[in-house]
Amino acid sequence: MKKELTCIACPLGCTVTVTLKGKEIISVEGNTCPRGKEYAITECIAPVRTVTTTVKCTDGSLVAVKTARPIPKDKMMEAMRIINYTVATLPISVGDVIIEELFGSSVVATAEKQ
Amino acid sequence: MTDLVIIGGGPAGMSAAISAYENGVKDILILERDDSLGGILRQCIHNGFGLHKFKEELTGPEYAHRYAKRVRELGIPVKLNTMVLEITEDKRVIATNSHDGIFEIQAKAIILAMGCRERAKGALNIGGSRPAGVYTAGTAQKLVNMKGYMPGKEIVILGSGDIGLIMARRMTLEGAHVKAVCELMPYSSGLARNIQQCLKDFDIPLRLSHTVVALHGGDRLTGVTIARVDESRRPIKETYEYVSCDTLLLSCGLIPENELVSGIGADISPVTSGSIVDQDRHTSAEGVFSCGNVLHVHDLVDYVSEEGEIAGKGAASYIQGTDVRNTDIKISVDGKIRYSVPQRITEKKDVTLYFRVSGVYKNVRVNIYGDDKLLISRKKQRVAPSEMETVKINRDMLDNISELSLKLEVVQ
Repeated sequence: MKKELTCIACPLGCTVTVTLKGKEIISVEGNTCPRGKEYAITECIAPVRTVTTTVKCTDGSLVAVKTARPIPKDKMMEAMRIINYTVATLPISVGDVIIEELFGSSVVATAEKQ
Repeated sequence: MTDLVIIGGGPAGMSAAISAYENGVKDILILERDDSLGGILRQCIHNGFGLHKFKEELTGPEYAHRYAKRVRELGIPVKLNTMVLEITEDKRVIATNSHDGIFEIQAKAIILAMGCRERAKGALNIGGSRPAGVYTAGTAQKLVNMKGYMPGKEIVILGSGDIGLIMARRMTLEGAHVKAVCELMPYSSGLARNIQQCLKDFDIPLRLSHTVVALHGGDRLTGVTIARVDESRRPIKETYEYVSCDTLLLSCGLIPENELVSGIGADISPVTSGSIVDQDRHTSAEGVFSCGNVLHVHDLVDYVSEEGEIAGKGAASYIQGTDVRNTDIKISVDGKIRYSVPQRITEKKDVTLYFRVSGVYKNVRVNIYGDDKLLISRKKQRVAPSEMETVKINRDMLDNISELSLKLEVVQ
């Protein structure tokens, strides 16, 4: 079976064709770089995404956050629910950990807030 | 007297300031109308920025933070919450804020880095009523990401540019139902990866060759009529379809925010709506430079930073009196290539040309002629209006020519 994917690793957006035999990956074609191959393989086995969103701060304002690593794609909505219940304590610097563990990643601040 | 006044503290302005400083000009002032440096990046909380520049994937605020930090470290003065009202031909900058009132600064050089704004409802000729609930995608992005307000629950998006796609995902993650993204053209103007990660990941339908023909509702939007369009982009009556929604987001193009230029008489390109510039991003107004989205709309911030560096360096040489003008080469395009930046070369040196095409073309060659001689021929599998292309011209190609022409030729 052939599967066509759009690589999301960079703005190039290569069309990558993965040939599968059952669950086994036979070949990956169309990628321009090693990251494309890596993406295609992960996407076929267990797709992951980085979630970027905001979290509420103690003064009611918002600060931008992201998962430090990509998390399972099918956990995105659940991750959002947990992040939206979280309140971050000010002040916040870029890189501060807001949530220690969320589906295999931490959630870190991407902006600063006094 | 200030050596260099930079109007706008977004990615272009910050990068220009750092570059000018590093090239020897220390007397710089950045004027920024918002309450913090960073420009539009502050509300672009998604990732995907900086792959060219930093070889890693950053979010908008992280990308902005790196530059803002550097501006702070260098001690470059910034006036926030400051709106520039006018610039004059003799390079006086008239600005206002609540602390200084209306004030004037005499500059030796000015860099324009005001960015762009979105094409709004008034410019789109959509029929029907005029209810609340119609926002530009960028306004909705600011409401959601900066203010914490949701503009609505049932969303239709018009325009599949990157901002529209990013907002489709953002609204979905925050619990809204995005019913459709309509795109007038037969192809999306957004990046392929955003079609995947913003629409396909969430099963949001992309309706190509579709537009919104009417708004419905009294106080608040209750729905829109969408329709398929023919080859000349006219709506086909038989395909009218009502879609109920409480919110319409518009992602229908960006326009350089260039009103200040009218005071100095710099030539504006009718294609880019930005200034016409040389290889240093020097406009036709002496001592006035332009970079970033106010010059032409970019798809990647990395290119904006690069352009800021060029303008900052150019302004520094101008201020120091070391700029050279030893040629005047016009750069022309064939229409399939819509425009190039710069539009002219006044100094013989290595120059990177940035250009955009007018449609999606496959199997083409980008040919660059010096007068009638073919200098460079680059094969491309696919080019699209949404992706800026670059080509490097070597210094020695610029000898004894008066015009560089960029042509897109289809390979047989």
